[in-house]
Amino acid sequence: MTDQLDSASLVAIWSAMGVYTIAFILFTLDFAKRSASAQPAAIEGTRVVEAGGSTTTLERVDVSGKRLSFKFERAALALTIVGWVVHFAGVLLRGFAQGYVPWSNMFEFSLTASAIIVGVFLAVQFWQNLRFLGAYITGFALITLGVGTVNFYVDVKPLPPALQSAWLVIHVFVAVLGTAFFALGAGLSIMQLLQARRAAAKAAGMRFLQTLPGADVLENLAYRVIVVGFVLWTFTLIAGAIWAERAWGRYWGWDTKEVWTFIIWTIFAGYIHARATRGWRGSRSAWLAIIGFAAVLFNFTVVNLFFKGLHAYSGL
Amino acid sequence: MSRPSDHIDAPAPKRNPDAAITQPALGASGYARFFWRQLTSMRTALFLLLLLAIAAVPGSLVPQRSSDPNGVLQYFTDNPELAPLLDSVQAFDVYGSVWFSSIYLLLFVSLIGCVIPRTLHHLKALRGSPPKTPARLERLEGFTAVVAPGATAPAAIASARGILKKAGYRTRLYTGNGGDLSVSAERGYLRETGNLVFHTALVGVLLSVGIGGSFGYSGQKVIVEGDTFSNVLLSYESFLPGRFFSDDVLQPYRLSLDEFDATYEQQNPSAYGQPIDYTASVTAYPPGADAGTRSEIKVNEPLRVGGNEIYLLGNGYAPIITVRDGDGNVAFNDAVPFLPQDGNLTSLGVVKVPDAVPEQIGMIGFLYPTQTTLASGALTSNYPDLLNPVLSLQVFTGDLGLDAGIPRSVYSLDTDGMTEVAGRNAEVPSIQLTPGETVELPGGIGTVTFENADPEAAAGDLANSVPRFASLDIHRDPSQGWVLVFALLVLAGLLTSLFIPRRRVWVKALETAAGGIRLEYAGLARGEDPGLERAVRDIADRHSGQLGAHSADPATRA
Ligand code: HEM
Repeated sequence: MTDQLDSASLVAIWSAMGVYTIAFILFTLDFAKRSASAQPAAIEGTRVVEAGGSTTTLERVDVSGKRLSFKFERAALALTIVGWVVHFAGVLLRGFAQGYVPWSNMFEFSLTASAIIVGVFLAVQFWQNLRFLGAYITGFALITLGVGTVNFYVDVKPLPPALQSAWLVIHVFVAVLGTAFFALGAGLSIMQLLQARRAAAKAAGMRFLQTLPGADVLENLAYRVIVVGFVLWTFTLIAGAIWAERAWGRYWGWDTKEVWTFIIWTIFAGYIHARATRGWRGSRSAWLAIIGFAAVLFNFTVVNLFFKGLHAYSGL
Repeated sequence: MSRPSDHIDAPAPKRNPDAAITQPALGASGYARFFWRQLTSMRTALFLLLLLAIAAVPGSLVPQRSSDPNGVLQYFTDNPELAPLLDSVQAFDVYGSVWFSSIYLLLFVSLIGCVIPRTLHHLKALRGSPPKTPARLERLEGFTAVVAPGATAPAAIASARGILKKAGYRTRLYTGNGGDLSVSAERGYLRETGNLVFHTALVGVLLSVGIGGSFGYSGQKVIVEGDTFSNVLLSYESFLPGRFFSDDVLQPYRLSLDEFDATYEQQNPSAYGQPIDYTASVTAYPPGADAGTRSEIKVNEPLRVGGNEIYLLGNGYAPIITVRDGDGNVAFNDAVPFLPQDGNLTSLGVVKVPDAVPEQIGMIGFLYPTQTTLASGALTSNYPDLLNPVLSLQVFTGDLGLDAGIPRSVYSLDTDGMTEVAGRNAEVPSIQLTPGETVELPGGIGTVTFENADPEAAAGDLANSVPRFASLDIHRDPSQGWVLVFALLVLAGLLTSLFIPRRRVWVKALETAAGGIRLEYAGLARGEDPGLERAVRDIADRHSGQLGAHSADPATRA
């Protein structure tokens, strides 16, 4: 039974990857089409109001408002939803196959993290139209799933005593959720940097940018997404310390994984400060958001695989 | 708001092109003030935060004495040239190093210097009332103007005040220079409170970690099934006291390990032999009590006894070994903890028999719980439980070096100055024993017995033939409750400060020549506030709806 469920899970994951691939291609085509249809003097989707002398606040602007309807994008989004449902089913099947939460080793972590990242991406569409991040998100999910299933796959195994704790469910899940918000924030910050560069130097070859919100809007969106990620990460840090106290007898011991969780937290605290520091708004704080997310990825890949420590849960 | 001068919301710095020339020479106090202002600026806080992140990196690249002392020793062996160099810059003690400490101490000085004036300022603001309405609202956020033909200014402002109050605003009425009436409203003081609680609680975390660490202690104890541990300093294998530790905090309780159970996977072929559960069944005798309380310790379930928390960190086998010397006297009889070397619990241990006559005997042993033979002929274990236990011993005679006064680890044998009499480099191969078996040592120096701890078991059932040991970590940290409290305050402060908007809203009423009034609405964000515009418009809609007002913009008038 376990084996059938696990195989079914893999089938679902591979199918989801197929669907994501098509969605990714369509999102990219959408960019191409936007570039083709963008006018030299395109719609500036933003307006920034100087209020109170120094507070830059953003006017509420529907960032997609006036632009033409992009058929590719709509199809791509629909496919992303389909892919996500299949992907989600794959994650559930893996969980049922082993009888506990599917995020106890790197393979399962890849599956679940990418599912949550795509899920958060889809969910925020209700709040803001961020479809222009579709290529970034589906591409990211594809790479994560591909590397996860090809390089990190492990058979279903019983949960070792060290992980038999409710904190596995809470701590790791919140960490993944935080990662999803950081991922979105980094995507927005990358777009923001591209926009700022285009505005400054009229960078050629990126004409689709003209159809996207301006750098200030992107920056504000990135900030709001990252702040949510930061709260989740703070919770992860505290929950991890509580668990470490239960399992290892000390709440903090500068284990490599703890060190990197701390580094990431500090970088994002820096990001939030940068946003409030004169001279650090704009591209500088965007770089911090990207560096922070790079540290998250580093923590998940290089630290898990190559650094020695108590968190030896890669399962490999 | 008394923010640092380079805060994004602070007034723009005065630009004075001649500043460099006209600035008067700074006296000592001027320099001090200048330095203090630099230290408590946003830019410094940002710089120190990022520096702290960078400074934390090396500690994850190089093993640390605090978390991985053996890794440090190994590093010295592997990199004999580099290691002392790294050691001289405290690279193996990064998180207690002078440079790491100075960064975070500076950061916290800056933090305190930043938080105190803000707290004072905020306390004053909490008691004060919203500031005077600006003369011109047009340039502010969400500016809306309507005309209400039949309304009077005092009534309109009173109803606006009611709406604002209900929405949680603090309000005050003002009369402008032109006689115009207005209500000035502010809400979200909790945002600043949260921010201050957040930063102050960080200091709390730092202090309770620092203070708690110096009163607590942690120790390790290896305890074999059937043995009892007494909580006195001497019984610990290793002990790490905090700076202000004193003996009298050790409460004299006792703890026996009645039984240790390990369960291993037997069904799933891809996880065969993987541990599923470890349970240490113990009896704790509180100080002065004769009757014990039975309980269990598991990996994620520590036991709290006598002011301590007791954690199950490891386990293994402790074969009972008896050595009789050349005269036939029992020179050694004990359960010897063997350290696991792999997942199938191939375990390594050392036996030292200083009292053997005519010569001291030392042995290095491997225990294979389920012994099989590799193609190379080497022995190994292929399952962690006791299906086919075999003990293999290398035997040495000569000076054990115990009299030199140098402390020796019980887990290692210094074979310099000893002669190998059985083993790879001797004429006689290693001695191999199964539970209950006794073998003569070469050269008539005695015999060795691998005792069966459960001789009554049915023939072939060796499941309990070797006792197990549990390695326990025993801690006391009087401040960890405080650390948790402050950590939760950090989280609570963060939530309020990031998600509660702080904003000011103004409603102004001007009498018009035509007899009615013109109403103006506008808001101002205090910090990040993406919802401000909508909030102002909501208030404007609700209020002008009540008054039956319509837009003041002729172009949109219906
Ligand atoms: C351990 C060092 C510090 C950490 C981890 C830290 C972290 C944070 C975080 C996470 C926030 C955003 C959440 C909130 O508003 O409460 C914040 C905001 C803020 N911090 Fe810090 N901080 C530190 C030190 C400092 C120092 C030294 C200063 C003074 C120079 C400072 C001044 C501020 C200010 C003014 C804000 C409000 C920013 C805004 O207006 O959005 N912080 N800090």
